[in-house]
Amino acid sequence: MSNKNSPNISPQHAEYLRKVKRRKRTILVTQITLLALFFALWEIAARIGVVDPFISSQPSRIIDTISNLYSDGNLFNHIAITCVETILGFVLGTLIGILVAIILWCSEFLEKVMEPYLVVLNSLPKIALGPIFIVWIGAGSLAIVVIAMTISVVVTILEVLNGFLGVDNDKIKLVKTFGANRIQILTKVVLPASLPIMVNALKVSVGLSWVGVVVGEFLVSKAGLGYLIVYGGQVFQLDLVMASVIILSVAAFLMYKMVALIEKLVVKRN
Amino acid sequence: MNYVVEVCNLGMKYHSLNGEIDALKNINFSVSEGEFISIVGPSGCGKSTLLSLIAGLIVPTSGEVFVEGKPVTETSEKVGYMLQKDHLFEWRTIYQNVILGPEIRRTLTADTKEYALKLLDTYGLLEFKDKYPSQLSGGMRQRAALIRTLVARPEILLLDEAFSALDYQTRLAVTEDIYSIIKKENKTAILVTHDISEGISMADRVIVLTKRPATIKKIHEISLSCEKRTPMCSREAAEFREYFNKIWKELDVYV
Repeated sequence: MSNKNSPNISPQHAEYLRKVKRRKRTILVTQITLLALFFALWEIAARIGVVDPFISSQPSRIIDTISNLYSDGNLFNHIAITCVETILGFVLGTLIGILVAIILWCSEFLEKVMEPYLVVLNSLPKIALGPIFIVWIGAGSLAIVVIAMTISVVVTILEVLNGFLGVDNDKIKLVKTFGANRIQILTKVVLPASLPIMVNALKVSVGLSWVGVVVGEFLVSKAGLGYLIVYGGQVFQLDLVMASVIILSVAAFLMYKMVALIEKLVVKRN
Repeated sequence: MNYVVEVCNLGMKYHSLNGEIDALKNINFSVSEGEFISIVGPSGCGKSTLLSLIAGLIVPTSGEVFVEGKPVTETSEKVGYMLQKDHLFEWRTIYQNVILGPEIRRTLTADTKEYALKLLDTYGLLEFKDKYPSQLSGGMRQRAALIRTLVARPEILLLDEAFSALDYQTRLAVTEDIYSIIKKENKTAILVTHDISEGISMADRVIVLTKRPATIKKIHEISLSCEKRTPMCSREAAEFREYFNKIWKELDVYV
């Protein structure tokens, strides 16, 4: 195999590699510039009075707000609460979803029976169930996690079950010729073959879980970034709203990247 | 006589909402030890069904199959099955792939592991044992698939269009390769194929099936005048064409 660092690559190939690298760097620089430009324009527009900072806020005030939250000692508390709720939401949603998918795979009868219910649950906006969970469970983190989980669990069931049913029948036939029973078919073929799909379901769940958690925090209004947003809106502190949204974007981005990294590690072989 | 496989009055019907499909009817033949049988027939005539019945994967509507004198009721380690594609599992190494059979049958002993390694060694795959299937060529993958079948120590090998997923040149080479391994391991084999030449080139006898419901149209004893009975040499033999033409006519293909 020719190594990138080996000295005996042809000048043409070195040129090609340089080109690819340069293009990658240009894209990154443009991306950063675009972001910086956006914030700079925002700040300038607010300073010269093109937009009213009371309604639109402005980057310098957002930074002040964040540093105030930090010196109050509340910043990381809110971030941590929201992140933990989200992680619990999508991990539980994915695990329970996979478990249900396994049960439905095991019994075709059950799968057929449950089909219309799953379709209804899938099309129902799960947020509508939020108030019910809060009444049942109480206004707190638990209810928020349950809301987040509910959103991701139905999609996971459908996605993963589809993956299970899509496993090559000949692969199953192969293990059957070795006398495999239903459980062995599941553990030796269906589960490992569906691993990429399960990880992908996890990726989808992350996004959905964020929605569930933020809406849950809107409803429960005790702590977390969602709470800061809804509170800021109510007291007309747009600085707080914008600051929370920005922190939320960064946290969501980082979490997505982390799951993508897990996917890369897990799916590498497949 | 000492028959390894006996197929008696075998019949198979499939049921669907659109009605009943007669796949096989009145199939009778027997296979002696070490014999290589090819089954050719029009596509969709139930050739694969026949193999599934011999393997005990499905239950016949009528008739019976005997393997070494015992009626087939479920899959057994006496019968090894090779499918069209190699179906090596991408998430397992070659070694983990070839021990799949004993692992599922829970007969994975030190002895079996040693046998698996010995087979890998004999057929030139030992250095690839910790590689993943995607790192192997098509021919090597097919060989690994055969070793996976052999590790379970079957008496009979069922080859279900086992080479048709390969491109033509690889296919000729793999046919040669697999044939020599089967002969060396002295296994009885039943090959199902739609490729007449492939069927003749490997077989001691060729069974020709009719269209659905499949019955046996003719059984040809293949005797070729060539020094070495390998698939490649067989294709050179003078009688090869005659057999080919006869079987081609019997298959009655219309476009």
